[in-house]
Amino acid sequence: MRKVGRPARSRRSPVKSVLLHGTLILASLIAIGPIAWVLLSSLKPGYAIQSSELTLFRDTTLANYSYVLTETNFPRWFVNSVVVAAFTMAIGIFLSATTGYAVSRFNFPGRRPLMMVFLITQMFPVAILIVPIYTILARLGLINTMPALIIAYLTIAVPFCAWMLKGYFDSIPTSLDEAAALDGCGPFAIFWRVVLPLARPAVAVTAFYTFLTAWGEVAYASAFIQTDNRFTLAYGLQQFVPQFNPQWEYLTAAAVLVTVPAGLVFFFAQKHLVSGLTAGGTKG
Amino acid sequence: MTTVTADSAPSSTPPGRSAPPSRLRRSWEKHWYAWAMVLPVVIVLAVLIFYPLFRGIWLSFTNLTEANQVAEICTRSITGGEVCTDNPNKWEFVGLDNYLRVLTGEVGEFWQWTGTTLIWTFACVICHFGLGLGLATMLNRPMRLRGLYRVLLVLPWAVPAFVSAFAWKFIFNERFGLANAALAAIGVDPIDMFADRWTALLTAIITNVWLGVPFMMVALLGGMQTIPGELYEAAEIDGASAWQRFRNITLPGLRSVSMTVILLGTIWTFNMFPIIFLVTEGEPAGQSEILVTGAYRAAFEGIRNYSLASTYGVLILSILLVFSVFYRRALRKQGEVW
Repeated sequence: MRKVGRPARSRRSPVKSVLLHGTLILASLIAIGPIAWVLLSSLKPGYAIQSSELTLFRDTTLANYSYVLTETNFPRWFVNSVVVAAFTMAIGIFLSATTGYAVSRFNFPGRRPLMMVFLITQMFPVAILIVPIYTILARLGLINTMPALIIAYLTIAVPFCAWMLKGYFDSIPTSLDEAAALDGCGPFAIFWRVVLPLARPAVAVTAFYTFLTAWGEVAYASAFIQTDNRFTLAYGLQQFVPQFNPQWEYLTAAAVLVTVPAGLVFFFAQKHLVSGLTAGGTKG
Repeated sequence: MTTVTADSAPSSTPPGRSAPPSRLRRSWEKHWYAWAMVLPVVIVLAVLIFYPLFRGIWLSFTNLTEANQVAEICTRSITGGEVCTDNPNKWEFVGLDNYLRVLTGEVGEFWQWTGTTLIWTFACVICHFGLGLGLATMLNRPMRLRGLYRVLLVLPWAVPAFVSAFAWKFIFNERFGLANAALAAIGVDPIDMFADRWTALLTAIITNVWLGVPFMMVALLGGMQTIPGELYEAAEIDGASAWQRFRNITLPGLRSVSMTVILLGTIWTFNMFPIIFLVTEGEPAGQSEILVTGAYRAAFEGIRNYSLASTYGVLILSILLVFSVFYRRALRKQGEVW
């Protein structure tokens, strides 16, 4: 990781140091608190979760997990989610990278309108787009299939990612492209062999963002998927929340299981997050 | 690299076209790979975003619902053939009716929802930005455990929105939630958070702030690291206090990042569907709905009313477009190019 661009100043006074660390510890606790609480709750039996007497541990058991994993369709949904998220991620990275590169490097007609379009697409309320998109997907025969979800998620994730990658590509000097062009590389080869490898942090952020979009989306998933064995996790989980009697014990266990893969992707992406987003943010 | 360059362009200019084909061709030769690179995205966006958008605008002027969408009613006759007659209640063009009904409050609570949406959006974005900026400033200093703090603070970002919604709903549960237990510990009677409009909205805002601060923090931290360290050194030599350095170096240095993330944050929060939908569920009695969730329920509960949904969609999009135009104009006045 890069060091801060500033020499270490005179040591801060102990009071300030305590304040600084105190605030950050408090903020970290708030950040992980809800996750930790759900994790602890998932280890309790149902009656202990729903009791008004709160304890950290009570009759610790893995029964909720074994119920979710064996008695429900959870494993199936899990696989579906992995497939959808993986494809969204792979295709999303590819599309955002090529688009971001073209917008960053070539001053072609239609470039500025395209950037505006990326912003405008962020303004459409998903809840309202569902029906027209449903109609189109139905006409293409894609309803109740994974590609429907993958395509729909790409429309959410790609504009932002392309815009972010564009900012990062802008920060890579064009002299590298020119040098490669002199060596006889075509535009695609330059992109693939020279620029993309240098943009690894931004690609990592894109991967993280596209994965998360696909992993946690509920609205499209509930509209486009109709049979139980094709649900994704986000929608399958709703099965544990019947109108009047939420099954919190299974819900918490499932929530933990859902968060683990997202956490793994986060773990691999996190050290790139700051540097990857930097350029994307500074250059609008 | 396969475009033919040898044969020269035809010289006759077709009527009604301003650019001669040779220029078009030159443009094509120069830019074809750029276009090829953006083409897939353009196609997907055109089919799945812009076609639905224009269809939606058109639908908002009709009265199409699930009930009247078929043009013909077909009944099976005894002989096995199908007899089709025109549907007498077929959907039709109704002009501005939908807009009038929505804006006068005949259907839904447009003005109340808009008010709630504005409160929700401003509260969330201000908290996101304020907390994000504060935390980023702290994390930007050299100190022990910096990496650990950063990972922990960004963690909420990795949690899918619907999981966080469940987690917070669980925490705010009246009977066994952590929030009321904490209140009880300091001697306050438990509150049913979802029985009052403002406390319900507060829970949703807390959830969304928790969810959204990491993005702001990371973006701002990134912005801070691009500010040259010499500026701070020079300021320090000149005897500037920490606050002065923050005001006169950090904030101006973050201007462009801030403007972008605030605009994006506003748009995202304005349309943030899952949090309100899952955490407050509009309780009590629809009073904590924001525009997107209210519109969703108004249009899709019971008989699906496609034209009404489109009307709301167009209104929401218009509000956001007007906002971004004014936002950009305000920025340009201050000499910002975006």
